[in-house]
Amino acid sequence: MRLDVLNRGYAPGTKLLFALIRLFSRHPVPDAAKLVFYRPEYYGSRAKEFTQEAMRGPSAWSVGDRELMAAFVSQANASAFCIRAHSATAAQAYQDGPKVAAVLAGLESAPVDEGLRATLRMLGKLTRDGSVTGEDMRQVLSAGVTRQQVEDALAVCTAFNTTNRLADAFGFEVLSSDDFKAGAKYLLKRGYR
Amino acid sequence: MPAEDKKRAAYRALEDRILNGEGSASPGQRACAFGNSGLPPPLDGLVSKVATRPTLVTDADFAAARAAGSSEDELFELVICAAVGQSGRLYDAGLAALADAVAGEEAE
Repeated sequence: MRLDVLNRGYAPGTKLLFALIRLFSRHPVPDAAKLVFYRPEYYGSRAKEFTQEAMRGPSAWSVGDRELMAAFVSQANASAFCIRAHSATAAQAYQDGPKVAAVLAGLESAPVDEGLRATLRMLGKLTRDGSVTGEDMRQVLSAGVTRQQVEDALAVCTAFNTTNRLADAFGFEVLSSDDFKAGAKYLLKRGYR
Repeated sequence: MPAEDKKRAAYRALEDRILNGEGSASPGQRACAFGNSGLPPPLDGLVSKVATRPTLVTDADFAAARAAGSSEDELFELVICAAVGQSGRLYDAGLAALADAVAGEEAE
């Protein structure tokens, strides 16, 4: 990563933990995981709480839907690490890789229900343009999405607009497909805490 | 607390900590990074890229900021403030548009 403290600035107990993760998982510790261990009292602890709440807290959206939103927002930001990480997680959550690939290749023709499609369209616009209108939101609501679901989707969008920026600014290393699959398995089992 | 308010409360707690809690960068610098305005060069260039074009950030942006006297911990904080600040503006914009849509429906 572009800051030496994010590569080497961890407490001895944290360095030991990273070594144990590498040893037992036989995969590198992803930079996204390392980041939240650096001075966790400044960023990591509260960032994990917010992301956990957005991605795994109570919601009418499934975990797969929220992981797909994370991948879709990451694609709107062209954030390579996060697109790979969250498309892998969405694919495992849905047990349907082709569906995730189809959404990222072309939302309008992808095999998803109209409520999810309208929500993803709105999140993409908000992320790319920095704004959406009341009319954009009315279209989402008229596709059968509830007000609370829109709020839940906006929380996912916020969490990943933050993470995408940090991934690209700090320079997260893009891992192999096997490493991302292992990370996805972990995120589905343990969440973001 | 309803689930959606818990999500917003968790975001506000993050925002409050990075802006007002203990840190290496001054609260004033952190607020400028969060708002993407008012920082001197070269920090303004780095922060502006984080907020609006993060894929264009380069090693040279960090090298220039270090050469101008910023420590690694200050840069860690300012980049986080820029990222969370921009995301929070998107969150607020989305919630405001939603409130507008719901108010319109209720008025009909």
